[in-house]
Amino acid sequence: MAEKMELNEVEVWDGNYAVSQALRQAQVDVVAAYPITPSTPIVENYGAYVANGYVDGEFVMVESEHAAMSACVGAAAAGGRVATATSSQGFALMVEVLYQASGMRLPIVLTVVNRALASPLNVRGDHSDMYLGRDSGWIQIDAFNAQEAYDLTLCAFRIGEDMRTRLPVMVHQDGFDTSHTAQNVKPLQDDEAYKFVGVYKPFEEMLDFSKAVTYGAQTEEDWHFEHKAKQHKALMDSPVVIDEVFEEFKKLTGREYKRVESYLMDDAEVAIVALGSNVETATYTAQQLREKGIKVGVVSPRCFRPFPFDEIRDALKDVKSVAVLDRSCPMGAMGALFNEVTAAMYTTDSRPIISNYIYGLGGRDLTVEDIKAIYEEQLANAEVGHLTTPVQQFIGVRGPKLGFFETRRGK
Amino acid sequence: MARGVLATEKRGIRELGAEEKVGWDEAQFGVILPSFEKPIGNAAFIRPEERPYSDFNSYTATVASWRVIKPVYNRDICIDCQNCWVWCPDTSIISRDKQMMGIDYDHCKGCGVCVEVCPTNPKSLLMFLESEDPEEALAKWPEKKKKSK
Repeated sequence: MAEKMELNEVEVWDGNYAVSQALRQAQVDVVAAYPITPSTPIVENYGAYVANGYVDGEFVMVESEHAAMSACVGAAAAGGRVATATSSQGFALMVEVLYQASGMRLPIVLTVVNRALASPLNVRGDHSDMYLGRDSGWIQIDAFNAQEAYDLTLCAFRIGEDMRTRLPVMVHQDGFDTSHTAQNVKPLQDDEAYKFVGVYKPFEEMLDFSKAVTYGAQTEEDWHFEHKAKQHKALMDSPVVIDEVFEEFKKLTGREYKRVESYLMDDAEVAIVALGSNVETATYTAQQLREKGIKVGVVSPRCFRPFPFDEIRDALKDVKSVAVLDRSCPMGAMGALFNEVTAAMYTTDSRPIISNYIYGLGGRDLTVEDIKAIYEEQLANAEVGHLTTPVQQFIGVRGPKLGFFETRRGK
Repeated sequence: MARGVLATEKRGIRELGAEEKVGWDEAQFGVILPSFEKPIGNAAFIRPEERPYSDFNSYTATVASWRVIKPVYNRDICIDCQNCWVWCPDTSIISRDKQMMGIDYDHCKGCGVCVEVCPTNPKSLLMFLESEDPEEALAKWPEKKKKSK
């Protein structure tokens, strides 16, 4: 039996440490990892837990992230609870195998510490890697601080391993802003956490020789489409389980999670939609503006995949102008979050004015002043009833003002 | 005896890919394909011809048409060393109680590895055109090679 840890009611943990503790408490059978900044401490700490007897599991050192995720696929197909961590270039190298894992319906948990993608090389946080995973068939949940990273990692096992879901789950947090910022975290005790996560239930495991199975079959034009459609349906159906797990977690801890988080949205006239640690900056800014009587709010899709189409519509249908913030350079298009939020809002009667802001690339700070400026532009849009800025703007970049496309569509 | 193992009732009854096609709702979960119709205990102790293979297993499918050349087996020369059995990438060498019995032509793809690893002189396995009659192939078998001085 693994040794237990006595945890304080409040611990001072950064996002990485919080996640490593959640992995330890979930008693993962196999962690195969190739460490990469800024997620390194997750697997580094986990390795120490294994070495010191706090986990009854295997820590597999591999030669690349491609191998790490491949080993995870093998271990999960064999019938174990499996997790790993990565960032950025490592995530990019894993991408091929991410699709394999989800296609084989293996409930692996991948804790991603979001970081920019080269070139130019950069170790700081943005959402380029998170966006790279958006079509990979994984559930993607986003944590905005260390407490959430801990909580959502525990929830991820429950969500992915549920027989109604049986899909791999990523838990994202922002590199450095979250992963390396020590904050107060209220952990569960080991027994409590493990009871919540539950004993792993193997399904169609390869190590059961009495009912041998083949994983990783080939399908061509006669079968491939049906399998992909079935997998997509599983993702589309997963919100039922996600909501249940969040509800049960709330009963246990009092901490509430929703697939779309709304802050100060009652009677809000304009809103910012964002992901990651900047949701907190935006909320802080909104609170300041609210004190002056300015009706602003923040909406965030906690669950990036499956995309909460209905909940986004509900959250934003009564506002006049929406700024959707993307922390990844879309390279010749609108930001991914903008596209999806806009598609959802196009199906509403109100069809608010929506524009896109590209911000924070490579770890550039998005300041309270930046967010105030964004809110002011939204209020100006709401005032005149049409967009007063380019549809897409860059904020926080040096040089001449950068923006693209115009529209005068009124309400 | 060999005949019974090499051509069982279930073996090679259909071309691969001829399964009944169903919609996405009935597609196999995660494309995880069960080899057997029911749990069978430890498969290692049950001979292939006695296992309840499912339609997902290629045991009952044939890929014989993929082959252009085939290995022919000569019982008179074979020393039952099992080298071909070990090396065959498609488990298409059939051996019982460490005695070589022949080739599973439903799954052999004609790669020639068995011939390459055969240590006898002359070889106990040789590649012939797919169209060659096995009896005629055996009649053409080469003589033992003399050591050249």
